[in-house]
Amino acid sequence: MSGVALRLSGIACARGGRLLFRGVDLALEQGESALLRGPNGIGKSSLMRICAGLLRPIAGTIERRGRIALADERLALDLEEPLAQALGFWARLDGADGHALDGALEAMALGPLVGIPVRMLSTGQRKRAALARVIASGAELWLLDEPGNGLDDASLELLGAAVAAHLARGGIVLAASHQPLPMKSPVVIDLAAYVAEEAA
Amino acid sequence: MMALLVARDLRQAWQSAGLWLPVAFLLLVASLYPFAVGPDAALLRRSGGGMLWIAALLASLLPVDRLIAPDRDAGVLDQIALRGVGEETLMLARLIAHWLGFGPALMIATLPASALLKLDGATVWMLELGLLIGTPALAALGLLVASLTAGLRSSGALAGLLALPLAVPLLIFGAGTLGDGSGAALKFLGAASLLLVAITPFAAGAAIRAGRE
Repeated sequence: MSGVALRLSGIACARGGRLLFRGVDLALEQGESALLRGPNGIGKSSLMRICAGLLRPIAGTIERRGRIALADERLALDLEEPLAQALGFWARLDGADGHALDGALEAMALGPLVGIPVRMLSTGQRKRAALARVIASGAELWLLDEPGNGLDDASLELLGAAVAAHLARGGIVLAASHQPLPMKSPVVIDLAAYVAEEAA
Repeated sequence: MMALLVARDLRQAWQSAGLWLPVAFLLLVASLYPFAVGPDAALLRRSGGGMLWIAALLASLLPVDRLIAPDRDAGVLDQIALRGVGEETLMLARLIAHWLGFGPALMIATLPASALLKLDGATVWMLELGLLIGTPALAALGLLVASLTAGLRSSGALAGLLALPLAVPLLIFGAGTLGDGSGAALKFLGAASLLLVAITPFAAGAAIRAGRE
């Protein structure tokens, strides 16, 4: 995974006519990680979507080198389909082979659940399914929005192991999380420091 | 990739039973119509073709509320965009899947419906030809209004209001083919259909992108 990078410079974001934050700089090279912090509603998810290219910042530039995988609060799996089939669609779209998906299912301990329709899964199991999609995608840049929400202790450990393995392979992880993730010296961005002050 | 997207959309439509709805609707209208206007064969024959065009148009609007909105809310559209698939490509795939889902089924359902309305062979033939040309336009129109109204409240009703004026040319030329020996109506229908099919992937794609902001 050489040449992988995620660089933000001077990013500002406005939602609904309100300036959320501005001047966010970040440079991540391979094997590096960043942790996004800040109270609810400060724009962590918006920054994630900007990094993913789904939202345009009102100022600043983004440079992405590598493919992106995003896990946010929306599941994006077909509820009526068995888990293996629902994830299989994304794996095929990613051009991942069957082994990648099997490995991802194993990494998230979803093996016994592959035949169960997605709508029957619990909150934590759905979250693990979304993370398995990120793992199976083979993307270099992982954007994880609250990846630990709804996960029990054992699953949190699985998540930690997956993140550590991805970083060890030279991937990049940007996470917004309240749970500790085993990232070695992540760049911590406290979005509260970038909140635009109202003009006095 | 295109085949993958089309196959997935078709599977979704099948699972949500959306494929039967337009067919059932068309047959229902065709079987109720003689009750309303009376069993006069000549009257049925004269007006039945146009009636079936109206039924086909309304049937095409039935699945509109599940074309875009559920996938948008579930994040499917975003996840597909992340994989570098353009919105236009996605909408083209969806248009193909939507047409495959209801176009051929509607054309087959037109056969028993024509029998119920005592249409003669030439009219049925012209009706099928018109539907073959017109249903892609109806699919495109449905997709277009679905993408424009996704995320709005009571989007289903709004989609109907938006689509019906735009569908009027299709109805005029489509039903016009039945009583027209010159073939001009068929050509106009073809032109309207081409236009709608050509602009829909771009317009719907732009609507999806704008909806992210």
